[in-house]
Amino acid sequence: MVIIRAFEFIGTVVKHPLEEMGRILLLLYSTVKWFIKPPLEIRNITKQMVEIGVNSLPVVLITAVFTGMVLALQSYTGFKRFGAESLVGSVVALSMTRELGPVLTALIVTGRAGAAMAAELGTMRVTEQIDALETLATNPVKYLVVPRFISGVVMLPSLSVVADIIGIIGGYFVTVIIFEASSKQYMKMTWDYLEIQDIYNGLIKSCVFGAILSIISCYKGFYTKGGAEGVGKATTGAVVISSMAILIADYFLSAWLFK
Amino acid sequence: MIEIIGVHKSFNSHHILMGINLTINKGESVVVIGGSGSGKSVLLKHIIGLLKPDAGTVEVDGTDLSRLDENELNELRKKFGMLFQSAALFDSMTVWENIGFGLKRHRKLTDKEIKEIAVEKLKHVGLVGVEDVMPSELSGGMRKRVGLARAIAMEPEILLYDEPTTGLDPIMADAINNLIIEMREKLKITSVAITHDMKSAYKIADRIAMLYNGEIIETGTPDEIKNTQNPVVKQFIEGSAVGPIVLEGIRR
Ligand SMILES: Nc1ncnc2c1ncn2[C@@H]1O[C@H](COP(=O)(O)OP(=O)(O)O)[C@@H](O)[C@H]1O
Ligand SMILES: [Mg+2]
Repeated sequence: MVIIRAFEFIGTVVKHPLEEMGRILLLLYSTVKWFIKPPLEIRNITKQMVEIGVNSLPVVLITAVFTGMVLALQSYTGFKRFGAESLVGSVVALSMTRELGPVLTALIVTGRAGAAMAAELGTMRVTEQIDALETLATNPVKYLVVPRFISGVVMLPSLSVVADIIGIIGGYFVTVIIFEASSKQYMKMTWDYLEIQDIYNGLIKSCVFGAILSIISCYKGFYTKGGAEGVGKATTGAVVISSMAILIADYFLSAWLFK
Repeated sequence: MIEIIGVHKSFNSHHILMGINLTINKGESVVVIGGSGSGKSVLLKHIIGLLKPDAGTVEVDGTDLSRLDENELNELRKKFGMLFQSAALFDSMTVWENIGFGLKRHRKLTDKEIKEIAVEKLKHVGLVGVEDVMPSELSGGMRKRVGLARAIAMEPEILLYDEPTTGLDPIMADAINNLIIEMREKLKITSVAITHDMKSAYKIADRIAMLYNGEIIETGTPDEIKNTQNPVVKQFIEGSAVGPIVLEGIRR
């Protein structure tokens, strides 16, 4: 009896997220299906690339530079205790390219562009604009979701590369200018231990994060219900679920890519 | 011709449509009346395939919508124009881009030609000089007119109107009614309108059908409906709070 109850409880707790995950995968499937079918919505894709990539750049830059700086600050003062401060350059370079560049960029873009996607599609849903698209013989997944998805997958790695470089420069600034360590040493440690594989794998993670945040945010917006309140909920949900999914995926991707 | 045969639709556990039967002949103007929340919009969305019936069929010119794949359905939709209750204009586009949306996607026309057609359609619905305005700057009545211009831009054979006069002042409402009549007479368009505005229904309908409790309980010409013996229909058209219709949430 107790066991059955327990299973029932687990069932009700697990059912909803599983159902939602299934529906997100269905949307992903039809996104890929409509992506393959020509023609591409070039105008919408360009617009979304600007929205996700260019307009996110300032926030990404500020986050990356301060992350690089604080990394250098913490590792320099910490490593000094055992005389390993020469390693700071590698710590910053490896952490930025393998982990923080991709993840922080993804989280920031989720907060900016992901929220905007959910709010925009959600508003279009509750004001029947998505229905109107269909009545005008236009598939809304192809017209709305595909451009956002493509932009997410393409722009995230691009932003991450910038974040990596800016983070390393931030670390350089703190190590060399503030702590007056050797500039040559910092650069040497950055390059010597950084492998092309690190950058490459970081970018693969970025692509996946871009896919995750755009499909989840579009899903939340696309299936919004219940007026203005529903749009608010969809937006919050998009940010929360995307962020969690990104962090969870990050662990498994890292375990797989950086063996 | 549109044939709706035994259509059922539920949302979650709410059974909204319970076996709708309704035939709309070519060139005819049918108005479906019914209370708020009775499922009028749901019914209208079935006609253009925005919603799929749980049971029953919707046939347009002999084709069963549920048998069409996505491309075929999109082809069929080019026969339709739909005016939404709150116009559903794309708020990221100007008025002329809204009107030209279907043309841009489905006809090989230059932007200049599309804009010319848009201006002409705007004139048709009595608007001049708003083509470059954003929809958010328009009043409710103007938005409806733009919505109508968008619906007729592709020269459809069938027009669907979701509460065309709701929320408008009486004069604007009458102007929209006249437009709907004009569409039918000039362009020979089949039209289906849903409304709870009886004045509008009498004016634009060849035939009126009443939706109540998920079924079409009566159909007839405006005169037949005015002289109905059905107490439910009588109460509705007279707009009386006293009668057999039970209003949700109101106790008497
Ligand atoms: N997509 C939907 N999901 C769930 N419920 C819906 C949906 N569309 C309509 N409904 C419900 O169906 C009922 C009828 O709605 P509707 O057709 O919009 O009424 P009206 O006659 O005022 O146009 C309402 O109770 C509404 O909440
Ligand atoms: Mg309605």
